[in-house]
Amino acid sequence: MTTVNDDATSSDWDGRYYHVDQVLNTPGPRTEDSFQAGDAVKDFLRNQCKILVIGAGGLGCEILANLALTGFKDIHVIDMDTIDISNLNRQFLFRPKDVGNPKALVAAEFIMQRVPGVKVTPYFGKIQDKDEDYYLQFNIIVCGLDSVEARRWINATLVNMVDEENPESLKPLIDGGTEGFKGQARVILPTISSCYECSLDMLNKPTAFPICTIANTPRLPEHCIEWASVLEWPRVHGEKKLDTDDPEHIGWLYNTALTRAKEFKIEGVTWSLTQGVVKNIIPAIASTNAIIAASCCNEAFKIATSSAAFLNNYFMLIGTEGVYSYTFEHEKRKECPVCGGESLDITISKEWTVERLIEMLVEKQDIQIKKPSLSSGIKQIYFQAPPQLEQATRPNLEKKVSELVEDGGEVTVTSSTLPFNLSLRIKYT
Amino acid sequence: MIKIWSMKKSEDAAAKRKPKTSAAQIRVQKDLTELELPETMKTNFPDANDLLNFTLTITPDEGMYKGGSFTFSFAINTNYPHEPPKVKCIPKIYHPNVDLDGNVCLNILREDWKPVLNLNSVMVGLQYLFLEPNADDPLNKEAAEELRRNREQFIYNVRQAMRGNSVKAIQYDRVSAL
Ligand SMILES: [Zn+2]
Repeated sequence: MTTVNDDATSSDWDGRYYHVDQVLNTPGPRTEDSFQAGDAVKDFLRNQCKILVIGAGGLGCEILANLALTGFKDIHVIDMDTIDISNLNRQFLFRPKDVGNPKALVAAEFIMQRVPGVKVTPYFGKIQDKDEDYYLQFNIIVCGLDSVEARRWINATLVNMVDEENPESLKPLIDGGTEGFKGQARVILPTISSCYECSLDMLNKPTAFPICTIANTPRLPEHCIEWASVLEWPRVHGEKKLDTDDPEHIGWLYNTALTRAKEFKIEGVTWSLTQGVVKNIIPAIASTNAIIAASCCNEAFKIATSSAAFLNNYFMLIGTEGVYSYTFEHEKRKECPVCGGESLDITISKEWTVERLIEMLVEKQDIQIKKPSLSSGIKQIYFQAPPQLEQATRPNLEKKVSELVEDGGEVTVTSSTLPFNLSLRIKYT
Repeated sequence: MIKIWSMKKSEDAAAKRKPKTSAAQIRVQKDLTELELPETMKTNFPDANDLLNFTLTITPDEGMYKGGSFTFSFAINTNYPHEPPKVKCIPKIYHPNVDLDGNVCLNILREDWKPVLNLNSVMVGLQYLFLEPNADDPLNKEAAEELRRNREQFIYNVRQAMRGNSVKAIQYDRVSAL
């Protein structure tokens, strides 16, 4: 029986890292100049490097196990979900007795029991609960999420965090994602390389059927389920929102879809298909998760140790017919709302009105801006259109900028002549 | 640990600090402030501080629906433009592509939505539905059937419905001052 020991060095028995050390003891032809072979790099990996794993589901379980076994010892994990019985086929850190418990806590406990000397700090909750100070403490962040929204959030947060005066504010983000037999792993260096938002249009859209097909000419069980959720639910329940995690709601959809399917002589409406369609679930494949997680952890290891060149920057796996993979450099998009656009520091007098500021922007030769609209946070300062908002914000033109924006505050400027937006940081003399 | 910061210095000296506004919010600001709507379309914001929930009123100046005033609700969520805006027709109208609950059959609102599309594309698409109602994508089957079978009768029904009268035992909302 192995006993857990918090002291990292004393639990490192002889030969524990024999294989990993082959890579770390000596430089190779592909190692970077900054690579410090031997004790220095091992000390960083095992005693200093702090890594955050977002998501403890299908990908997260694999990622946590891989990181712990490669020698990362200070691992943090965030997940907002609890364990469902349907997770157990692939989320191998969980057992039937864990059903109903938070994934982050159970996963952390499991890894610590199994891999001596590794400390896993769980947080059961949302990534949005944490602020910049929290994310600043990590060296690397690895994401194994299934939600587009959560990824957009963490991506934007890490890009925003980059502070010109603080090199430590730039955190490499390794993002893994899978969908059935397809998956991707990518390395995002916020503000340097293409970000998650840059590639948003590459995402597979959830399949949506034309609403008239659903309404009139259903042919597939999916059409009946969409009819129940898109058309019947709001008609029958009015304002009440559909909660796809509520078994009663799913039950209602299932029965409604089943009745319709009978009417049109369509077979195949089942409870799990209903759940799958409304939650847009694509069956999770354990081996896809394993490949993508391995790739993510390989990148984390290379970035943490500089032992080899890391992925630049997008690895794509397509396992639908045979096994095909493709690696390419996804390029930054100039009009990306998160990492694209221009940013400008300007210093103006406390007495300047909004109108004066707008005149200055229009006259500025280097930015070529026409008819700018300005906001600060979610507060509108001046909008050129539509007419109602132009009218509502017009009184602000005569107000002093300093009444609306604090010293050092940010102003978002959009204009049809800008590819996306311009961000101003305002300082007062 | 790799020296990322040095890569940054060599790559790009310009500061890229972004505001704390969400990408969806900035995108909606951009979409709205660059709207170029014809006289026949007007937006209305019940709460001027809430850019994500508003209405659009279309008053066609030609075609079978001329003289009517059709208001649609727009609800945009934080996943915009990954997801399309949710659009519903508020009054109960007689139209082959709009059902009695206000659902609208417009491809770019569902299966053909792409993040490169914007609010202007959706609004133009909605206006087009009143100029060219389409009998091939029916949501109101009766109306579609009528349009296909007897255009004169269909136009008459549209007129009746816009005045708030019944068509085939269904009472519609009055959307016309005529
Ligand atoms: Zn970007």
